[in-house]
Amino acid sequence: MDLLTLHHLTKTFGGLTAVKDVSFTVEKGAVVGLIGPNGAGKTTVFNLITGQYPFDQGEITFADVRLNGLRTHRIITLGIARTFQNIRLFQKLTALENVLAGRHYRMQSGILSAMLGLPAQRREEQEAMERALEELAFVGLDQQALTMARNLAYGDQRRLEIARALATEPRLLILDEPAGGMNEQETGALIGLIGRIQQRGVTILLIEHDMRLVMRACEKLIVLEYGGKIAEGPPDQVRRDPKVIEAYLGAEDEP
Amino acid sequence: MRDPLKPLAMALMAIVLAIAPLFLNAYYVDVLNSIGLYALLALGLNLILGEAGLFNMGHAAFYAMGAYTAAVLNTRYQIPILWTLPLSGLAAGLFALAVARPVVHLRGDYLLIVTIGVGEIVRIALVNDVFGITGGANGIFGISRPTVFGFVIRQPQHFYYLIWGFVALTIFLFYRLKKSRFGRALNYLREDEVAAEGSGVNTAYYKLAVFGLGAAWAGMAGTLFAAKMTIISPESFSFWESVVLFMIVILGGAGNMAGVLLAAFLVIGLPELFREFSSARMLVFGLVMMIMMIVRPQGLLPARGR
Ligand SMILES: Nc1ncnc2c1ncn2[C@@H]1O[C@H](COP(=O)(O)OP(=O)(O)O)[C@@H](O)[C@H]1O
Ligand SMILES: [Mg+2]
Repeated sequence: MDLLTLHHLTKTFGGLTAVKDVSFTVEKGAVVGLIGPNGAGKTTVFNLITGQYPFDQGEITFADVRLNGLRTHRIITLGIARTFQNIRLFQKLTALENVLAGRHYRMQSGILSAMLGLPAQRREEQEAMERALEELAFVGLDQQALTMARNLAYGDQRRLEIARALATEPRLLILDEPAGGMNEQETGALIGLIGRIQQRGVTILLIEHDMRLVMRACEKLIVLEYGGKIAEGPPDQVRRDPKVIEAYLGAEDEP
Repeated sequence: MRDPLKPLAMALMAIVLAIAPLFLNAYYVDVLNSIGLYALLALGLNLILGEAGLFNMGHAAFYAMGAYTAAVLNTRYQIPILWTLPLSGLAAGLFALAVARPVVHLRGDYLLIVTIGVGEIVRIALVNDVFGITGGANGIFGISRPTVFGFVIRQPQHFYYLIWGFVALTIFLFYRLKKSRFGRALNYLREDEVAAEGSGVNTAYYKLAVFGLGAAWAGMAGTLFAAKMTIISPESFSFWESVVLFMIVILGGAGNMAGVLLAAFLVIGLPELFREFSSARMLVFGLVMMIMMIVRPQGLLPARGR
């Protein structure tokens, strides 16, 4: 079953066409990689999926719901969660508070119930706290729960962003260069983490430059160049595609 | 949090404040009353500016809204002044929602300018009595004294307990709010709006809600002000008041209630103590502000020391 479908998506910034007539699907339960050279429009595709800005043409559907025109927080509540290429944590808040952001829309209480400290509100806080700590433990950050986000090591910040996204209980998790800035060992651990996320039944769409990660973690790759899709298929097939080799893989690592 | 001296210091502060009027003459009690009113206003502004990071330099407009609502209801409809408290809060809150709605998405510096504009428009509307019920530049007088269970509050000592009681209640309620889903949402907004929205937080809603809540508190402070003065006029709600409140929040360490209280004491209290030096005191005051911002830009008691 297709969880996410992009249908002839086009997005221009002024004169620049960042995404050109792109269509693809993400099957439920899969790990799909979106790759391509710098400036190919990968991040823009992510931003369109999460409704950061409107697109000019096309349609996006997620679990049979049309996402066109929905505000970002609404799209998140439908079951999509994301991380950012240049980490966007709440820098001056603790790791725990960061993850609690992901619990936010799963909670109810507002101004009055908080001021009055109603039992339901306290219970909800307690549950959110426990759930957030579980997510921190899941990415291996439970010891750093009370550390301010900006004081975490770079790789830990990336994992904290994943924990925050997972706390929303997404059906689809989209990761923008999750291994960016990670060393080899951290990347290895990340591949393991992605596998464990998939085991939780979460579908994953990721952008990544690290070919080792992409080849090992993804079942399907979609290749963009200059905003357009130039290839799609299983990693083994894509890596042998002449267009892809010319555009991207050939220029970079390929042992 | 982890500092064991903190609860002790706070308890001590509370006791000192509770018995202070017994040892002070009426003038100093009145100074403390002023400080209390500014503390109330600044605590409300702190939600908007300190917790949510929305630049609002028109807070006096909401204060005025509350004070005038209370004064009109009391003088025209003989509603006991303290009964108007929720209505004043509501009026100021709704007014804030109406003015914030079209502008709240603006970026920091633009929002700052718009709120300055709102403050000025309200003041000028009051001066010119555009509604025909606010008494123009002379304002409204003859506001009746507040009564609590039949006891008429008229001395500064009595107002002291009314005002500081409300401050204490505010601290209690806002502290709970800060530690809640709502309070955290405000911080997410301040730290990174895109990430907040991307985590499922309806940022537009929280921006409006916090404006409404902060303004409602200013409105209620306005009622207490009207009750204390028995006469109000537009000059009490000038641009300078908004600036002073903005200063108190930033100086205190945006987001920290103890810091905001301390700053209210310094910014409002100190100039009063040095009244005999008249104009020189404002010079010193300005200098102190400048030095503070250079040597301690994070405020007296920053929100997080960790
Ligand atoms: N908000 C924006 N405004 C204008 N141009 C943008 C914006 N976002 C991306 N672009 C442009 O769109 C193109 C694709 O960018 P991006 O999606 O970030 O590429 P990738 O993630 O594949 O490296 C680039 O040329 C970039 O400069
Ligand atoms: Mg990118």
